[in-house]
Order: sequence, then structure tokens, then C-alpha cells
Amino acid sequence: MTEIVSPTHGARHELIAFRVGDQEFCVDIMQVREIRGWTQATPLPRAPNYIKGVINLRGAVLPVVDLGARLGLAVTEVTARHVVMVVNQGSRTLGLLVEAVSDILNMTEDMIQPTPDMACDTVKTFVKGLFSIDGRMISLISLERILPEVEAEAA
Amino acid sequence: MSKTVLTIDDSRTMREMLNHALVEAGYRVLQAVDGVEGLEVLEANGDVIDVVITDINMPRLDGFGVIEGVRASPAHRATPILVLTTESDAAKKERARSAGATGWIVKPFNPVKLVDAVRRVAA
Amino acid sequence: MDPFESIKQTFFQECDELLTDAEQGLLAMESGDADSETINAVFRAVHSVKGGAGAFGLEDLIRFAHVFETVMDEVRSGQMALTDEVAKTLLRAFDVLADHVNAARDGGKVDETRSTGMLDELKALIGQEGEDEDLGGDEDFGFVPQAFAMDLDDDSAPPAVELELDAPEPVLDAPAPEVAGPNVWRIEFAPKSEMYGKANEAGLVLRELARLGETEVVYDDSHLPPLDQLSAETAYLTWTIRLTSDCDYEAVHEVFEFVEDDCDLTIVNENPNGAGAPVAELSDDDRAAASASAPLDLDALLARVAGGDAPAPEAAPEPVLEAAPEPEPEAEPVEIEAEATAPGGDVASLIALAQSVETPAAPKAKAAAATPPPAAAAAAAAPAGLPAPATIRVDLDRVDRLINAVGELVIQQAMLSQRVLESGLARSSNVALGLEDLELLTREIQDSVMAIRAQPVKSVFQRMPRLAREVADMTGKRVKLIMEGEGTEVDKTVIERLTDPITHMLRNAIDHGLEDPEGRVAAGKPAEGVVRLRALHRGGRIVIELQDDGRGINRPRVRGIAVEKGLITEDAVLSDEEIDNLIFLPGFSTAAVISDISGRGVGMDVVRRSIQGLGGRISISSEPGKGSKFTMSLPLTLAVLDGMVVTGADQTLVAPLSAIIESLTPRVEDVHYIGGKDAVIRIRDTFVPLIDVGVALGFRDTPIPPASGVAVLVESEGGGKAALLVEAIQGQRQVVIKSLEANYQQIDGVAAATILGDGRVALILDVDALVTSTRRKPAARNEKRLAS
Repeated sequence: MTEIVSPTHGARHELIAFRVGDQEFCVDIMQVREIRGWTQATPLPRAPNYIKGVINLRGAVLPVVDLGARLGLAVTEVTARHVVMVVNQGSRTLGLLVEAVSDILNMTEDMIQPTPDMACDTVKTFVKGLFSIDGRMISLISLERILPEVEAEAA
Repeated sequence: MSKTVLTIDDSRTMREMLNHALVEAGYRVLQAVDGVEGLEVLEANGDVIDVVITDINMPRLDGFGVIEGVRASPAHRATPILVLTTESDAAKKERARSAGATGWIVKPFNPVKLVDAVRRVAA
Repeated sequence: MDPFESIKQTFFQECDELLTDAEQGLLAMESGDADSETINAVFRAVHSVKGGAGAFGLEDLIRFAHVFETVMDEVRSGQMALTDEVAKTLLRAFDVLADHVNAARDGGKVDETRSTGMLDELKALIGQEGEDEDLGGDEDFGFVPQAFAMDLDDDSAPPAVELELDAPEPVLDAPAPEVAGPNVWRIEFAPKSEMYGKANEAGLVLRELARLGETEVVYDDSHLPPLDQLSAETAYLTWTIRLTSDCDYEAVHEVFEFVEDDCDLTIVNENPNGAGAPVAELSDDDRAAASASAPLDLDALLARVAGGDAPAPEAAPEPVLEAAPEPEPEAEPVEIEAEATAPGGDVASLIALAQSVETPAAPKAKAAAATPPPAAAAAAAAPAGLPAPATIRVDLDRVDRLINAVGELVIQQAMLSQRVLESGLARSSNVALGLEDLELLTREIQDSVMAIRAQPVKSVFQRMPRLAREVADMTGKRVKLIMEGEGTEVDKTVIERLTDPITHMLRNAIDHGLEDPEGRVAAGKPAEGVVRLRALHRGGRIVIELQDDGRGINRPRVRGIAVEKGLITEDAVLSDEEIDNLIFLPGFSTAAVISDISGRGVGMDVVRRSIQGLGGRISISSEPGKGSKFTMSLPLTLAVLDGMVVTGADQTLVAPLSAIIESLTPRVEDVHYIGGKDAVIRIRDTFVPLIDVGVALGFRDTPIPPASGVAVLVESEGGGKAALLVEAIQGQRQVVIKSLEANYQQIDGVAAATILGDGRVALILDVDALVTSTRRKPAARNEKRLAS
């Protein structure tokens, strides 16, 4: 079975689109392990405002990032309808608190448009590019920087 | 019908090597970790053991003791014994021979040579 | 895995065990309580290391082990006296041997100078100075390292042994054989009685010959006595075999390798032009001559071939007159197809065969009768042949997976219990009772699983004798290390982290604790100091003690240094014990010159921190002039923790029970404030800081009123005490420790996390960090780390 992919269209990606505030974002589906309903997180001492705390995912303790706060939008007022997307970031696993998952998109790389310069710095840090579908604008999130690497521990 | 070889060696590495080469060649292998255990195993399973391979330097009972024990046993005196010698020099080999060793294998051995030697003495 | 690699792994595992045993034996030899079996065991261990190394071609290791083994051989045979000096040299040589093993395993390199120097020392012991052990003419070392080829079909790499022969066969690959046709070997084989005494059998020799080519066997029973005078073990029969084969002399001769000393043997090539092989009229001693003469004949042969006028090859083997196609039973001498006799085996059956002229080709099937079916044999053999293993080796990952799964089970079980209770079911209901049983069972499984990972501290202890020797060497001290309780078990996670603190303390004990030999003698002590390392279980923890009989803590000096460094005030009133424990304070180092040995400028505070990191404590007791004793106690596992569950800043938190002294409800009159809001609480006449946990963790800015909460008195490892103020105590329970760092990062004041019965994450407090943080005001370190 051979699938013919036109080289001019670039690699195909399946993306999960979700809403934060009134904006739409997406991440590569390969990075998403599962989507869970919101459960109360345990707050962490002296954590930045975008860290909601830690939750128990089948025995693993993982931090939940309030994506709205992280992207410089508003700190999310969590409701029972909110969901947590469990994603892989390198060797770490973390949860992203989002408002709702909207749909799964099939995209090719040539459909990505660069982030315009006018976007603010915070957004540019986390947004790799933009898609335009049916008049919707969807920002592709770069997970790498969502949770910063820990600085090397001083000896 | 596959033949059974009893290997007596205090070195696990050596036992595994013997085991691997012999099993590959279609033999069944029993193992013992020293001379005393070797003779016990032989006593318990003597009627299925076709060849004994024994190391010389071992705790409790060395290879010479094994040879003497086997040759002194009416039931097993005709069981062929191959001794493993690191030493290619005459002294140990001669001593083993005069004690009644059937043949010898010089360590480190080539598996082909090992299997050859076993075949040559296995009735 | 590749069987070769797997056996190699076995080899290195075995090396570890052998080296451990050898070291213990050598230590016993050094202390003079080694019996001959101990010395033999050391010899055998080194011998086995060498043997395995030989199989894997680990040349550096072989070379070193060989010389070591030679020395050990002389010691065990009594040729060399086991003096103190010899024992010490052997111990140091042992360290190098261990280095060689490690280098062979990890692909590293051994310190060449050290190894060579050590080899020279060893050789000096056996009077081989300057000799190259490779070329030393030592027959004992007559093998060339050869890779252990696992592929049985691979005969392409003949053993090195064969290459030593000067026989002409490598040249014989010349085209001559095709020209000359096969050899016809006439073999006269007359076994002596001794041959049968060694369980060699003529029948097997004949069978082997038959493998080489076509054989015709004629046997001569003219020496056979009348039946009533037959002795089963006397050799009466002789054989003449004609072997038509392309094989060379060596191949024929090799068949007789095991029997040639116990028989008269003649091997003649009756077709001298055959297969290019020369006439090899040899009685067994003539091999050398054959080798010498062979090239000449070969040259002649090659010359003829090259000359192009080679005579018509006597291609067909000469018909052998005796080769009647059908055996004729009545005829004498009897002809036997070698193949047919093969299963017959022993002399008796050969004789029987010779006698039973009616059925010469049907030797009795001894093998078949004597050998039970394989299944039965295997069943019978298994118990005795492979003694039931007392242990199995399991991949650690698998154990960890199991431990994690059981951890989950414990949590799920707790959650389930909680939900059932919340649902209003009576405690006496069947469901609730069943859950209680489940809880017991779960706990039992958890304990059993944790026990799987328990290991004796031996693996850590066994590195210490070497360290002690090295430190003693470097410092000029003399020390005897006595170890006890090596079998004491503790979780693997703890074991791995015990090495550093013990190493450091041992160095410290020898370097700082012990006096030099002169000093000891002057103080009326034996020149050799004694350091005692001991492990034991006490109160659900493992206790490690390290005691020396040295000078003890110099309290005035320690006090002086502490004052000088601003660790205590000049007028501080301290008990002896408190003074002794000052050495654990950060920034304290008693060595005037920071010694390389005692830890590269690292003080005892680092030891203390790493032990605290394991949930442990360390303390010292000392008696001037008599020595010091360090005692550390550690939890048996790092995977679970006995904790006190508390409510602090509206969070459920867990405090390690090991740090808690007591809990009490603060009375308003006992709480005092220093400055603005730093509170202290009086507990039985001492004032300790009162730390609001919520504030310390940054969850809130103002402490709760002390009287509304509970104070948990904790002891930090620095000896400092503090009371942690929380809202309430929920109870005690064992919790499974979960890492925060795996997916997040370390957090000040938090040691780890756990998951409670309701499925939520709770933080485990780092008591020591909390206590310390009140002394140095908490810096905004944490926020900085997370800044993006």
C-alpha cells in the first residue's frame, strides 16, 4: 500500500485544535497522550501563576499549566467543563489546562503561515505559526517552551 | 538420541560456555559446581550420563578426585572423563591421565574442538 | 542477546563474585587467619578470572592474572612463605587486578605504570624480575588468547594451538591433491590394557576413523585367550585399518590423541603420492621427524607438478585385497565395518561381537538399553544436576514496575475504602469487611514487593577495604578495617546512595581520626589503628556505625574553629556532644590544610546533607584519646515513607515521621515574638522557632494564630529543633514517595510528593529545608528558576 504524497504539499500532520479564552490553538496530535476532565490540582509553593499545581495521573505526579496564563492571556477561571490535555514535552509529561478541545485537523506543512511581527512577544515565544481554516485562525503551539527547563542546580 | 554430558566446573562462565557449545551440538547437559556435587550428580543420574567433563581446580573435591571417584565406582568406571586444563603442559594432564582421564580439553577451547572431543569418547 | 555477549556478561558478574571472595581471602591471609583452603580459594578465584579472560581474549587481564596466579600458586604450595609483606603486596596487586577487570568490562584502560610496577613487584616475589611473562617460557601459559567462537559450524578460525605445529598442511592447499588422488592410510592399532582403564574404547576410535573416509577394518584376535581365561579389562585385540581419505596425517593422528600413550600405533600412507602427503611412517613419537621431513617431500612433489611431466597419478586407490564386499561371518580374521561397531562400544561387546559369529553386524545395542527416554532422564537429572537455585536474577526495571504497580494498588485500595465509607455503608457490612481484608492483603503484598528489592549492604561494604588500604598508604597510617553486618538488608535505592557517605566517613576516620603509627605508639596504643564499620537494623531503620580508635575529637580546637568561623558565639554554652556535632555544620572543616583524601575540600556537612537527603540522620560521639564513633540511621527504603498527614495552609501535607519528636497545642503564653513576626515557642524550658508552614511555603503571608493550630516539634539534622505550625493533624500513614522532579522540578521546602487515598497529590515536607530557611531568610530562588 503506497500513499502518494505530493512533495510540494509538505508533510501531513494531524493536529488537535482547542480553545483558550476566545482564541483557537492547536498542537501536533503525536504530542498528546490523552485528554482528561479537570480535577482539582494540588498547588505548589511559590509557583508561577501559570502553574495550576500538580495532579495524579495513574501514579505519576504531573504539573498542570494554565495555558491562558502562560500565553499572556487571562488566568483561567476553572470550571468543571475545562479539560486537561496531557502532553509530552521531551522526557517530561505535563498537563495543559484548556477550555475545550474543538476538533482534529489534517494539515500539511505548506499551510502554515508565519506568525506576523505585530504579535506580542509572549505569543511569538509559544506560537510556531498560524493556520487559516474556514475563516478561523488557529495558532500552532510550540510545546518546547511551555514549561521551561530547570536551571542547572547550583552545587 | 541425544547424549548427556555432565559438566563439573566451579566457574559459572565456563559452565555456561560448555553448556552453550554442547547444547548447540545436540547434547543434553547437566551441571555441577564442584567435584563433590559432580560425583553426587553422577551417582544419581549415572545411567544417563555418557560423558563427564571436569575442571581440575575446584573447591571441596578437585578434578583428580573426580576421576578417582568415577574410576573407583563399579557402576561408572567405564564412563569417559574429559578434563579441562588451562595448562597445556604435561604435568597436570599426565596426572589426570594416570588417574584415569579419558581425554582432555585445553582451555580456552574452540567449541568445535570441544564437541569433537566429546564425540570421540562418547559411546 | 547474542550468546557470546550473554556469557561475557556472566563472566563479569562472576568476576565480581570471585574478586569479592578473593579479597576476603587475601584479607584473611594478611591478618594471618587464612587456612590452606582459603589460600586455595584465592588461587582458584584468580585462576577462574584468568580462564574466563582467556576465553574472551582479554589480554591485559590474562597477563596480569597469570602472574598473580603464579605467585598464589607458590604461596599455596608452600614454596613461598606468606609473610606480611607478601600478603600486603598481594592485596595491592588485587586492587590492580580489579582495575583490570573493570577496564576489560567498561572498555577503559588501566593505569599502565601502576600495572607494570605491580607486575614487577609480583615477579620479584617469584624471582622472575625482568622476564616478559609472555615469552617467559612458562608452559603453563601455553595458550594464546582466542575468541570463543560461538558458531559451531565455523571452523574457519582454527585454534592457535594448531598454528604452532610446523606441519606442512597449510602448504598442502596446493593443487597436489587433485592430481594425486586420495591417501590410503594403513593404521596398526594395538591398544594396551591401560587404554580401557581410562574408558577409551577401540570401537570409538574406529568410528572416528570411519568419519574420515572409507575404512576397512581387520582385527586380530590371535592373542585372545580361551573364554574362561578372559579378563574384561585386558587388551587382547589389535586392529589394522585401511583408511582411504583425503585427510592428512595430522587428521588421522588426532583420532588417536587420547589413546596414543596407551597403545602401539603405526600410521603409514600406502599411497605416498596420495593427497600430496608424504610417507608418514610414524610410531607415535615420530611426529617431529615427520614434520621435519615433510617439506622435502612436498618440495619434490611440487617440483614434479610444476615440471608438467607429472606421472599419471595413481588415481584409484589400490584395491585392498581384504575388502570383500560382504562380511563373511565364519571367516577369520573377521571384518567389521567400523560404522557398524560404533554403538557397541566397550571391549566386552567387541569381544562378544567377535564371538557371536552368527550376528557380526548386529552389535548389541547397549546404548539403547542403558539410556532411558530423554524426558525421564531430564526429569531425573534436573533436581540433582542443577541444584535448585536459591536466587534468580531479575531485571531491576521489572521489579520497579512491580513496585510502582503495587504502589498504585495501595492508593486505589485506599481510595476505594474511603469512597465506600463516604457512601454511608456500615463498617460491619460485608463490603467494608471485605475491604479491610483487601487492605491487609495489599499491605502484605507491598511489604513482600519491597523485600524483593532489599539487598545486603555487602555491595557497598566490599569496596571499603580497598579504600582503607589506599588512604592508609597515602597518609602513612596503619589501619585494620573490621566490617560487621554486611548481610544487613536495605532497599536498593538506599544502597546506591550509601557509598558516598560511608566512603567519606571512612576517609575521614583514617585521615583525621587515626594517629600516625609513631603517635599511636607514643600514646600507648598499637601502631595499627582499628576502624570498625558495622551495619544493623534498629527500629525499622538501618544503622551504620563507623568507629575508630584514634585520637577523638579535639573539642577545644573544634570550638575554637567554630567561633572563628562565626558558627557559634564565643560565650555559647555547649555540651560535649553539641561541640562534637559542630563538625557537621556547613563551612566547618577541621583539617588545617584541606586534604585531598578527606574529600577534596568537602566537609562533614556534605556527608550530613546527603544522609539527610535519604531521610537519615548522622551523629557523632567521641572520647578524647580513645576515638570517635559516627552513627547514621537511614530508612530502609526510599520508596515509601512513614509520614504524619497534616493540614497546613488548607493543603494536605505530609511530614516525615522520622523527623518528628512530638506534637502539641501551643499555649498563647509560650509563644513569643522576636522583632516583627519571627515567633519562638517555649517547649520545656527551651525556645525553638515556631514556623508557620503555610508562610514558609509561600502559600500565605500571615501566620495563623498559634493557639488555633498544632505545633509539630521536629528535629533537623543540624541538631536544630523547630516547631512547625499547622492547622491540624490528620493522622499517621505510610505513603508512597513520588518524584516531583520527574515532570517538574525540585521545590524548596518540599522533599517529594505522594498520592493520598482521595487520589490527590500531597506534598511531603522537607523538614530540614524548612528549619534552615527560617535562619537564612528564604530567598526568591525558586521564582528565579522558573522564570522563562
